Amino acid sequence: MGFPDRIERTVELAHPPVKVWAALTTAEGLGAWFGNEATIDLRPGGTARMRWTGGPTVDMRVERVEEPTVFGFTWQIYGLPEDDPRRTYVEFTLEAAGAGTRLRVVESGFAQLPGDAYRKAYDGNTQGWAKELAELAGYLDAA
Amino acid sequence: MPPDIQALAGPDIEAMAEQVFTALADPTRRAILAALASGGPATATDLAGRLPITRQAVAKHLALLAGAGLVRPEPGERRRVRYRLRSAPMRVAQQFLAALARDWDGPLGALKNHLDRGTRGPYPTPPDQTRGHHG
Repeated sequence: MGFPDRIERTVELAHPPVKVWAALTTAEGLGAWFGNEATIDLRPGGTARMRWTGGPTVDMRVERVEEPTVFGFTWQIYGLPEDDPRRTYVEFTLEAAGAGTRLRVVESGFAQLPGDAYRKAYDGNTQGWAKELAELAGYLDAA
Repeated sequence: MPPDIQALAGPDIEAMAEQVFTALADPTRRAILAALASGGPATATDLAGRLPITRQAVAKHLALLAGAGLVRPEPGERRRVRYRLRSAPMRVAQQFLAALARDWDGPLGALKNHLDRGTRGPYPTPPDQTRGHHG
């Protein structure tokens, strides 16, 4: 099918996983390369927030924390209204490669809940949807 | 992807996106949708008065748009049918565009520079190009 559900990138970094992990999972790290300012409560279910000066603020929900190899979170699908319950799942996987790190990022969930299922989630409870996402994270976990 | 998640994504979302993009590929239908988006529900006669096309042509396009679920006919004044824009299919198309516009290469490049130099400033925007006035 033509509808892309997931996006994948892998980069080789000349730094050990522990250093890359800090850049990805601390307020200081995220605020240095990703946003202009960040906060993070690093535990499954914790909230992270990134702010761009003169730009948007993005809320993330931390889903997986397995130091220093897996960091996963969900966030809103860009381009959809603020009150839309759909979110994509982003997972960083860190693998030692020589003296450096092979970092893989997978963002999935772009093709979710169309039609009636979409309207049900939209009219219904967002809490139920959060539960669905936790399950989705579990499925991706196993995949 | 596990089968039940696949089922959620299913062929429906693909079909819905195709209908939206087919509808938007025609300039007259874009004009009709734009008129309904900016001015609210309208009859075929209202739309023909605002656009440089005949009422018959408007009616033909409205029938196609209604078939695709992009507009919904509803009873209007004096037994005239009014058409209202439906935004749900548009959001499916937006999802498709969001996936295409997602740019992880920029932030990952910024991460690499940050680790190498420890000085490079943050990536200027979130990893996408489509974010509008929200947030």
